[in-house]
Amino acid sequence: MSNDARSAPLTDFAEVEASEPFRRLKKRHRSFVWPLTIAFLIWYFAYVLLASYAPDFMSTKVWGNINVGLLLGLGQFVSTFAITTWYVSFANRQLDPLAAEIRADLEAREGVAR
Amino acid sequence: MNRTDIIRAAAESTEIGNPILNISIFGAFVLVTLVIVLRASRNNKTAADYYAAGRSFTGPQNGTAIAGDYLSAASFLGICGAIAINGYDGFLYSIGFLVAWLVALLLVAELMRNTGKFTMADVLSFRLKQRPVRLAAATTTLAVCFFYLLAQMAGAGGLVSLLLGINDQVGQSVVVAVVGALMILYVLVGGMKGTTWVQIIKAVLLIAGAFVMTVWVLALHGFNLSELLGAAASVGGEEVLNPGKQYGVSDLSRLDFVSLALALVLGTAGLPHVLMRFYTVPTAREARRSVVWAIWLIGAFYLFTLVLGYGAGALIGADTITSAPGGVNSAAPLLAFELGGPLLLGFISAVAFATILAVVAGLTITAAASFSHDVYASVIKKGNPGPGGEVKVARITVVVIGLLAIVGGIGVQGQNIAFLVALAFAVAASANLPTIIYSLFWRRFSTRGALWSMYGGLGSAVILIAFSGVVSGSETSMIPGVDFSWFPLNNPGIISIPLGFILGWLGTVTSSRREDPAVAAEMEVRSLTGHGAEKATSH
Repeated sequence: MSNDARSAPLTDFAEVEASEPFRRLKKRHRSFVWPLTIAFLIWYFAYVLLASYAPDFMSTKVWGNINVGLLLGLGQFVSTFAITTWYVSFANRQLDPLAAEIRADLEAREGVAR
Repeated sequence: MNRTDIIRAAAESTEIGNPILNISIFGAFVLVTLVIVLRASRNNKTAADYYAAGRSFTGPQNGTAIAGDYLSAASFLGICGAIAINGYDGFLYSIGFLVAWLVALLLVAELMRNTGKFTMADVLSFRLKQRPVRLAAATTTLAVCFFYLLAQMAGAGGLVSLLLGINDQVGQSVVVAVVGALMILYVLVGGMKGTTWVQIIKAVLLIAGAFVMTVWVLALHGFNLSELLGAAASVGGEEVLNPGKQYGVSDLSRLDFVSLALALVLGTAGLPHVLMRFYTVPTAREARRSVVWAIWLIGAFYLFTLVLGYGAGALIGADTITSAPGGVNSAAPLLAFELGGPLLLGFISAVAFATILAVVAGLTITAAASFSHDVYASVIKKGNPGPGGEVKVARITVVVIGLLAIVGGIGVQGQNIAFLVALAFAVAASANLPTIIYSLFWRRFSTRGALWSMYGGLGSAVILIAFSGVVSGSETSMIPGVDFSWFPLNNPGIISIPLGFILGWLGTVTSSRREDPAVAAEMEVRSLTGHGAEKATSH
């Protein structure tokens, strides 16, 4: 049974996968997204645990009626926006050109094979 | 009589504002969107048109539609009300909904777009055994859609009594049926294109309305957040500014919140109706832009709800809100009335109905696509559904699901089923996300691992909820009279999510069957480079 999402196997994908440019792309992608994912999850759960188990600390007033909890909560918004912007600029500069290069190479080869 | 007394009197007589005005504004929304849907649907010919809007939306358009799909009535009315009454803990809730988008942005959106075609199952079954994996993915998709849909329809009934002043069972049922019938019409005629436009228009109205109210509330407090918080604290007590009012009551409630936080942050990237939206754009780059737009819009909106919630707490007060029809959900509408009178209330009410309509439409087209594409075309017809057969089945499924939603929505009137939204997130995080992550990042992942993870995650989440306090055992349970509960938490995530991940790993390492390495290589190359990805259809 064929998967309709799959294209006809014109290309030896194992060879592409083992090629230097693709290994470089994969490494770049993974070594960026995974550490960042782990970091923001730790930061989020640190915040959730503080709010759940250290309410007195979170209730400490910093300025007027603004307390630590509110600042850390708004910090979650800031970090989310910052990570988004950072990832987009990284992907635009570091991932897209390399991916486009590999894709163009693949398409050229398939053109010859046809 | 001062203004608060007027609102209280109005709230008690259940006629806040002018129901006819509310209905007229909603009617105008329906009329405008209907014209747009009809125009947009002219080119609905192929399955790619019907399920994925011809992949012709831009990133910003799709990001706005994602915000429209994601910001349900529960997050608009529910979070405003939660902040107005429980203060900080309501805010805490909204943060999980936002941070969750980073999982979608970093790990899921682009790789899914590059590998799949219409549904989540396209990606999950890419290099595994087609039929069992598709069937499992369709099962979890339909389960999540069903729980979410029922919660939305139940919310519609509550809104009717609040906004239209209709309190009797028959009247509410008629309105639920009208909302359901409209939704069927949109999805049947407009397909994904029509659904997307409804979501875009609704998102713009919702965010614009919330923005105006936010500026208004801030203006009343000298554009000083500290002053607004002080005003809220002087009405609701100092504890509304601090965490713990709702979740800090006992050790169990704290653990329950951690469990909920886990489901919120990991569930979003596994929600099938969110995943399906990534197929409506032409490239992975546009999928990335979609998520970026969604994050900014959703983030801004949750910041607005912080101001609106505290504003409602300060200007109206928790007591008036809880005693109004609709309870907690009435905070935002009451605030709109307090600020802008019947006209602003009418606008916000119409937006609330539009919200239900747009979210229900998105869920319905996702469920229909999953049934016709995964179950009918791939499993029953073994990949050869015949020309036009798949879209025909999808349209029939839309009508069936729409009717089920109407019947279900009428059936659950007055029932306490708010836990269904949390359950949908828990199932998405325990049954869908592990398999998505493993498929995209772990080459050895096997068919057995996928099946164990999906059925195990779904089963454990549903069983734990069924035997928890939200279904039986207390006065606020769904079935208050009996007690068969033994699970102490209201949110199953803390058990079922790790279980889903462990089962996926265990199933894989114990499996003797090796998946085809050539297909695994193909999937990896395609997911990262976009080679061979589905292109936009041209008309």
